[in-house]
Amino acid sequence: MIQIDNLHKRFGKNQVLSGVELSIKSGGIYAILGPNGSGKTTLIKSILGMVIPNTGIINVLDTNIKNGWRYRKEIDYLPQIANFPNNIRVGELIRMIKDLRQKPSDEDRLISLFGLEPFLDKKLGTLSGGTKQKVNIVLTFMFNSPLMILDEPTTGLDPGSLIRLKKLIQEEKKKGKTLLITSHIMQFVEEVADEIVYLLEGKVYFKGSIEELKQKTDQVDVEHAIAAIAMQTTDA
Amino acid sequence: MLKILKYSFYDLMRSRWSYVYFLFYLALGFVLLFLNNDLSKAVITLMNVIIVLVPLIGTIFGVMYFYNSKEFTELLLAQPLRRSTIFLGQYFGVAGSLTLSLFLGLGVPFILYGLFRSDAIFNFTLLLVTGAFLTFIFTALAFNIALSNENRIKGFGYAVLLWLFLAVIYDGLFLLSLIVFEEYPLDTFSLAATMFNPIDLSRTLILLKLDISALLGYTGAVFKKFFGTDFGLLVSLVVLLFWTILPIWRLAIKSKRKDF
Repeated sequence: MIQIDNLHKRFGKNQVLSGVELSIKSGGIYAILGPNGSGKTTLIKSILGMVIPNTGIINVLDTNIKNGWRYRKEIDYLPQIANFPNNIRVGELIRMIKDLRQKPSDEDRLISLFGLEPFLDKKLGTLSGGTKQKVNIVLTFMFNSPLMILDEPTTGLDPGSLIRLKKLIQEEKKKGKTLLITSHIMQFVEEVADEIVYLLEGKVYFKGSIEELKQKTDQVDVEHAIAAIAMQTTDA
Repeated sequence: MLKILKYSFYDLMRSRWSYVYFLFYLALGFVLLFLNNDLSKAVITLMNVIIVLVPLIGTIFGVMYFYNSKEFTELLLAQPLRRSTIFLGQYFGVAGSLTLSLFLGLGVPFILYGLFRSDAIFNFTLLLVTGAFLTFIFTALAFNIALSNENRIKGFGYAVLLWLFLAVIYDGLFLLSLIVFEEYPLDTFSLAATMFNPIDLSRTLILLKLDISALLGYTGAVFKKFFGTDFGLLVSLVVLLFWTILPIWRLAIKSKRKDF
């Protein structure tokens, strides 16, 4: 599904990614974890072609993405809500994205699932963080693409919506899709993720199942295991 | 690209500022014609306003729109769209809606005052065409500045400086150099210097077409010999076209390499 070789990215003097090697097979949920500033979002944006790598090769669905744009038809991306346009109405935004992608979509089911009907003709800037995130989720899940990339999908959601989101994620997984998720909520990661990719200082530090992670770090729960990785490296 | 253009265009057509801009030109047109009642004279006064104002509005609108739609741009970048499509679509949306405001705002009063029955129609059309060129040129320059500057305040500052330089300072330097080097033949130099500033170029072009070059003295005669002919008109329009295409081209190239 995704094959990344020797990916380097530098922003000015700040080396964010330094030689990421990653191969993601088709199907399953991959959690991309790492401390703040470890390059998670940069990695995701590189896959989407929003960040242009300094060196390295990224293949998505067996095609090199360099200078390409058609491959994004096969990707649904949930951005962080901090970067959401404010001066447009919810209904308009949904119609527009549909118009731009020209793919079948089932937004009505998702809108009623999250109870967004009353907000359809409100501007995004006037919505609360949680409601914005629901709109964001509708925009991402309404298409049926084989690869989904979710950047902090749980931000601002209330418990009820969080349960619905988890159900949606499981449904997508059952369809045989590949999902990349970043999150700082370890409980959420533990519940949904099949495999963990741990980024540290711009490299893939660990890749494997949750069980392997626990064994490697001698810890019983994920939160401590992740924290232990960070500790080990600061000690070293 | 047409889809992005359509959305940007609608977005701007709904915004208050497009109407303010349109109403301003409408009012300007009516007031000028009311006070003057002579189409040719109104065209001259109008030129002085357009030459300075159109670039300013184009610059400020361009920078503002680019920064304001940053989040929207990021959303579009994740969609299956070519990058140049996104930026050129937005650019043509902004420049197009500004040009439309200009055309409608000035066109309506002049047509009501009998433009089609007067001989000022050619001059008026030339005025609108240069106005459109200036809008496209300065919006493109503004987009370039905004694309290269992550910091909004800096980008805004550079854009206003650019306008100030081309609209005011350039002329000052130009006149100064004419005075300093007055003992040398300056015909070719002044012609070339005019070409390097789209505002000067537009002004000279219109002034000389309006047959008031006698006011310009000796240099005016040289200019008249060049700009007054059809060849001169053609060359000036081609240079204006270059001024439009170069920043658009740079925009397309630069946007490909930018990180978001």
